[in-house]
Amino acid sequence: MVDIPEHLLKRAAQARAKALGISVEKALAEMKGQEDPTIVSKEPEVIAFEEVPTPAAETPAPVTETPAPVTEIPVPVTETPAPAAETISPVKEEHAAETTEKVAAVKIEQKPPAAKAPAPAKVDTPDEVDFAPEVKVTQRLLTVVKAKPIQKPVSEPVDKVNTWPHLMLPEFVSLMAMTAFLILLSAILQAPLLEEANPNVTPNPAKAPWYFLGLQELLSYWDPQIAGVMIPLVLGVVVWMAFPYIDRNPETHPSKRKFAIMFYTFFLAGAGVLTIIGVLFRGPGWNWTYPWIDGIWFDDLLDWIHFE
Amino acid sequence: MQKLSLRDRIKEARVSATDSFRGGKLMSSIFRPGSPFRKGYVDSPRNRSYVVMNNVLYHLHPVKVKRHGVRLSYTLCLGGLSFFLFIVLTITGIWLMFYFRPTELAYVDIQALQTDIAFGSLVRNMHRWGAHLMVLVVFLHMSRVFYHGAYKAPREFNWVIGVILLLLTLLLSFTGYLLPWDQLAIWAVTVGGNMAGYTPVIGAQAKFGLFAGLEATTATLLRFYVLHVLFLPFIIVIFMAVHFWRVRKDGGISGPL
Repeated sequence: MVDIPEHLLKRAAQARAKALGISVEKALAEMKGQEDPTIVSKEPEVIAFEEVPTPAAETPAPVTETPAPVTEIPVPVTETPAPAAETISPVKEEHAAETTEKVAAVKIEQKPPAAKAPAPAKVDTPDEVDFAPEVKVTQRLLTVVKAKPIQKPVSEPVDKVNTWPHLMLPEFVSLMAMTAFLILLSAILQAPLLEEANPNVTPNPAKAPWYFLGLQELLSYWDPQIAGVMIPLVLGVVVWMAFPYIDRNPETHPSKRKFAIMFYTFFLAGAGVLTIIGVLFRGPGWNWTYPWIDGIWFDDLLDWIHFE
Repeated sequence: MQKLSLRDRIKEARVSATDSFRGGKLMSSIFRPGSPFRKGYVDSPRNRSYVVMNNVLYHLHPVKVKRHGVRLSYTLCLGGLSFFLFIVLTITGIWLMFYFRPTELAYVDIQALQTDIAFGSLVRNMHRWGAHLMVLVVFLHMSRVFYHGAYKAPREFNWVIGVILLLLTLLLSFTGYLLPWDQLAIWAVTVGGNMAGYTPVIGAQAKFGLFAGLEATTATLLRFYVLHVLFLPFIIVIFMAVHFWRVRKDGGISGPL
């Protein structure tokens, strides 16, 4: 026998002890051959066992049903001992032989069954297989592998189409449409250019770029520290960025996330209304004006709309 | 053998010339296998995969996408159009840089651009309206993502990057607003910069840093110029790269609803 290093033997013994639920010392002793190996009985997970009421089954059949601790070894049964075979009639004998063919897995005894199983003495027919080998087991259990697939499908198959041409073609078309729109817009509308910058001449009103006009409108209501900084900074940046972490509802359908939809729509409407007010309804001194009566104070739109 | 008509012979010659060019070494070296520009491209599922897989676009698009995602009504192409507008703005912006000096001469340069330089007015208009459009499109893109709940797991972080991209877009637009150096520009930026001055604790410093002084001067102009043409585009490209990469890593487009 090959000399196994002590530390490897110990590790194997620990694994065996864990698998069989025995102490490490016992497992070690077993492996060194100082003690009989522990045998654990386990219910077989797959048994193709068909119970057919045959005369053979009525008699105690020690081969297939044994209360003793057993290990399961799938044995392709070609010839099964039928102890009662001699006692039955020829017609039934044929039937019994048929059923024994169906047995796919049998439990066999590891230890001599003589003491435990009240089995009838075996008939020493030449074609009988001895299922009680008086051999010491030389193999040992390394690990117990659960009978589950090692790969699990995690995603459902999705209906997909080729990117070329089904995605790239619409993209190309929308890109061309956008280019055409932009060139057309630029050809028609002249970008504003007022007099040269003069820090000494303040226009009335002085307006920020349009995307900040909602903020500028808010500034006229509240203290600038609240309206100009806290709202855009806290609401606009922090809450906005953290939104996926605040909204833990996994649903995506609008009907199942009414609050989020409402929240966003409210924000959108608020920002839109404030911006429109800032753009169109604010005149000199940030006073309320009506664009159709007093005109528009928004130089970005200088070339867009003319009021006479 | 049947004699070919002149027209058929011309057609044959044209086809063989095209084939020998498309199948030649030059075209084969430029276009990778599966390209529609190579000789012998046939419309097959294999070649459709190769078109993307053997293309630089493979960095942006997977070979296959979810069927609902290619419906125009699902995304309205808003994300793609944001990116496209950024490219348009980069091209027109680089063009404008040839004619612009961020000094006291800025206003004169813009005037010259509008009157003296071929297509100067058109390109300036495209840059300006394109910028406004980009702010709008990015905002609409964000709204679309919100209404589809597309920020939910595993896409939470990509939403965060998206908000950063929106802020960078606003900053790019805001810094560009000053560059024409006219009354509209300087006073809009003054109003915007004064808002930054209301920041608690570091308000004065923030305003001073933004203006490079106490008010908008030509020093501010230079500062905004460098931010606008170099610093912010550099930052936004990095965030865009991560944004697009995460779109694919998080399993492509969201949904369907």
